[in-house]
Amino acid sequence: MSRPMGDSHRRFLQSMMSNGIIGASQAKALHKHCCETHGAHYAHDRLDEFIDVINTQLQPMFMNIRKGMSEEDGLQYYALVNMAETDVTRMASDYADNELELFRKTMDLIVDSESGSASSTDILNCADSLQTKKLKKKETEHVLNKFVQDKWLNEKHGEYTLSVRCIIEMEQYMRVIYQDLIKVCHVCHNIALQCQICENPRCGIKMHLPCVARYFKGRSEPHCPACNDFWPHEIPEILRSQSQGSQSLSSSAKENTAPTPSTSTTRRSKRS
Amino acid sequence: MSQRKKASASQSKSQQTNVNEDEMTLSQMTSSQVQRARENFSSVQIDRKVAEVVQFILVKDQKKIPVRRADIVKHVMKEYKVIYSEVMNRVRRTFEQVFGLKLEEIDTKNHIYILINKLEAGETVSMCPGNPKSGLLFVILSIIFMKGGVAKENLVWNTLKKLRVDSGEKHDEFSDVKKLVTDEFVRQKYLEYVKIPHTEPVEFEFRWGLRADIELSKLKLLEFVAELHDQDPQSWTQQFREASASESRT
Ligand SMILES: [Zn+2]
Ligand SMILES: [Zn+2]
Repeated sequence: MSRPMGDSHRRFLQSMMSNGIIGASQAKALHKHCCETHGAHYAHDRLDEFIDVINTQLQPMFMNIRKGMSEEDGLQYYALVNMAETDVTRMASDYADNELELFRKTMDLIVDSESGSASSTDILNCADSLQTKKLKKKETEHVLNKFVQDKWLNEKHGEYTLSVRCIIEMEQYMRVIYQDLIKVCHVCHNIALQCQICENPRCGIKMHLPCVARYFKGRSEPHCPACNDFWPHEIPEILRSQSQGSQSLSSSAKENTAPTPSTSTTRRSKRS
Repeated sequence: MSQRKKASASQSKSQQTNVNEDEMTLSQMTSSQVQRARENFSSVQIDRKVAEVVQFILVKDQKKIPVRRADIVKHVMKEYKVIYSEVMNRVRRTFEQVFGLKLEEIDTKNHIYILINKLEAGETVSMCPGNPKSGLLFVILSIIFMKGGVAKENLVWNTLKKLRVDSGEKHDEFSDVKKLVTDEFVRQKYLEYVKIPHTEPVEFEFRWGLRADIELSKLKLLEFVAELHDQDPQSWTQQFREASASESRT
């Protein structure tokens, strides 16, 4: 028993296809926009049900709109996921073989690291020993830029991390190939790469930074939620955008502009 | 037999034999043969094949590359090509019912398809306006339209130069402008770029491509140009007549 799909759902899906991934507040604005454009009933708290209707229709195509949390800002995102290809081959139509190999190696470095990141120097070293075809320094930098632009990696001060899109889309694949190397966050149970680790050797649980911030908020003495040992790390502040989170819809809608980027031209002609 | 006629008609164009071979095996099958072939595949297998074809076309469409039937058969359909029509009917239905897209055959001779947005109102998704490439394309299509449907290459390059896009130099955003315009936009069927006959040295001209005809509203475009010139769209009588006519056709 699934509800039928209308043009509002189709427009939402089209927008997901051209964007790949969107933030939760953007998704909410888009939900409203799509319902209003097609005169469909709009309930602001029914976004997930709205998406479920789309997902039921997408399932036979091995596609899915999935929700995930960014390790950096703790915000929710929605990504359109292709489940037919679970591994890095999903990127194959956009990248050459040696570029894909570089991506796999970068992923290895990130998963192996304590910080959940890889430095550009380490990645450049990898590029020198690719089996498919070596990449020169300039080429590697160019490809890394493309990974960031296509939202597979994030970059900050020469340190690369896996983007929220990459984690949402490749979670299953990562769990299979890295197995025990992959730990999940004690709080949100998603894959944890950029995180803090309990220093008790018999415990060693991981928590995302935004999850740490939320979990220890208002507690004077932080203790590990699993072993109760003292939590020795600095407790990060809750980001402003994070605390606003999902409950305050109006403020988050204001932060974001229109869901589908529209030209000044179409806007103008519509209003005049 | 009709097949033989078709084959002899296309003998001169040898590069098309591939397509025609596929077409022949498809059209030569009688309905009972199709029926028997169909029994070789389970419904789960057919579902899976439909999904593969949908994904194949979606990936091509994201890059605005038209899809050839021969490629669908060769890369995805493979041994399922005996039930090609049945699979494609379901692919078509899926695009319309789930994605709000229409699979349109833009070249019935060589069987080339593109996806068209079926949802009315609102911004078109494919002509993503925030994108600088779309902006450039929009300007070129405007020039052609205002020139009555065809514009000489030199005129287009000179107009772009005034907008500080030089086809002879490497551009920050577009890199190789000439390649983008005469190769990518042409491949995506937004533009036609053809040699003007009997010119020495050879000259080229631009026209609207099939995809532009389908995806763009000429009236919107005229309104845009009119606003730039701070004039009423109707002051371009001929263009306004054509734009209104094409609007009422759709
Ligand atoms: Zn977490
Ligand atoms: Zn612990």
